[in-house]
Amino acid sequence: MYGLEALWFNVKDGYLEAVVRGHKSGLLTSADYNNLCQCESLEDIKLHLQSTDYGPYLANVASPLHTTTIVEQCTEKLTEDWANMRCNADDPLATFMDYCTYGHMIDNVVLIVTGTLHERDVQELLDKCHPLGMFDSISTLAVASNMRELYRLVLVDTPLAPYFSSNLTSEDLDEMNIEILRNTLYKAYLDDFAAFCNKLGGATSEVMGDLLAFEADRRALNITMNSIGTELTRDDRRKLYSNFGLLHPHGHSELAGAEDFDQIRSAMEKCPPYQAIFNKMGYGESQMLDKVLYEEEVRREVFTFEQQFHYGVFFAYMRLREQEIRNIMWVSECVAQDQKARITDGIVYIF
Amino acid sequence: LLPNLDFFIAWDYLWFLFKNISPYFWSALGIGLCVGLSILGAAWGIYITGSSLLGAAIRVPRITSKNLISIIFCEAVAIYGVIVAIILQTRIEYVDPNPDSGAWPVPAYTAGYAIYGAGIITGWANLACGICVGVVGSSAALSDAANSTLFVKILVVEIFGSALGLFGVIIGIIVSGQANFKQS
Repeated sequence: MYGLEALWFNVKDGYLEAVVRGHKSGLLTSADYNNLCQCESLEDIKLHLQSTDYGPYLANVASPLHTTTIVEQCTEKLTEDWANMRCNADDPLATFMDYCTYGHMIDNVVLIVTGTLHERDVQELLDKCHPLGMFDSISTLAVASNMRELYRLVLVDTPLAPYFSSNLTSEDLDEMNIEILRNTLYKAYLDDFAAFCNKLGGATSEVMGDLLAFEADRRALNITMNSIGTELTRDDRRKLYSNFGLLHPHGHSELAGAEDFDQIRSAMEKCPPYQAIFNKMGYGESQMLDKVLYEEEVRREVFTFEQQFHYGVFFAYMRLREQEIRNIMWVSECVAQDQKARITDGIVYIF
Repeated sequence: LLPNLDFFIAWDYLWFLFKNISPYFWSALGIGLCVGLSILGAAWGIYITGSSLLGAAIRVPRITSKNLISIIFCEAVAIYGVIVAIILQTRIEYVDPNPDSGAWPVPAYTAGYAIYGAGIITGWANLACGICVGVVGSSAALSDAANSTLFVKILVVEIFGSALGLFGVIIGIIVSGQANFKQS
């Protein structure tokens, strides 16, 4: 029952919740970002980051620094923290933490399949995969040539197997179908995750329900924007939207019929929380939309830490750390290319 | 115009039922619940605080010494239960039942019920107090780890919480003070 989690949550998960809150207190603040923005070179950035939580990870990085090395080491920190928490976790937290990583697994699968289509080297693709989404048989993805083989050879043993629904076809993998594959898998994953959180009940279902609804609506928005002008039909587009969220089902029918950004905007603005988001952008601008959506996501994730005794903090920590890594990548790129004029535009401040 | 309660409630049988339950049963039950529920409350509170404290102290080791106060407040709740149980058991004296009717003298029943009442008062109050202090202590540990100025303020909340257990102890002792098995 909602409200009585305080009595029994700490039996299994109290320790890990305290650990993840410790990690969260080590996220970079705006003071840190100010310091980073004033750096003149990547060496300075490394020096500043060494006084933060990233210290041990950047200490032994070899001297000719690249942006990708910094980002890799920061991602390494996230992966290790996550793995440490995951191996101490008991059910149902362990299942919850696995669910958090399936999004990355889907991205990795799509990355390898796309890369194989373009005849890239498998090892190079594996290096580009996100470490949180790795699974054992991932390198065998390169041998599949259509969706049915993909499923039969590789994916049936992974946690992604249930997301391949009955409309699995034996179409060959090409550019268009891969994006549809990615979005179909992601839709099934989000629906499954939301159902799992609902089953957990209590504060977790409420907090995660809110976060996942925003994620689902955001993906619906992105799918709509990316499919304007392509040959994706209205019905196909509708099938890619998740079965929950504030836009379900009426907003989805409007979005499915939208043909340009203004129609999308008017469909989204019928929903009060999203109207507030769109008000921050001037009329006719669509470039700032990404940043505004990231800011909204970060705001909601920081709020999950206001409440104790639920699992939402784990998901929020993973997302906030990823946002921080994106910020560090932006700052490093600006510094490396000596383009510091717009450096603060690309940072989504967390605290 | 009230219904004739003699028709619905068999007073004689009720008296028969209760007079055959020994007042010493009620006394023992009261003492058992006093200790048992107090310790349950203390244990509950300690594990709630302790697990959060341990996890938070990995990153911020300085919080351990101050936050042991929360654990001590929870432990105090168990001690209250033990003290009241000891007081209760000193009030028990044996009196013989009436050989004809098998019933004890009325003061014995009153004393038995008083000790039972004192026991459950203390027990339930301490259970609630232990859980309360435990949950507040857990939040105190986590917020102390994030911001060290918060701890002293949250301690005030915990002190109010631990007063609940004291209320139970006081009322329990007052109630059991009237328990005289041999009152004439």
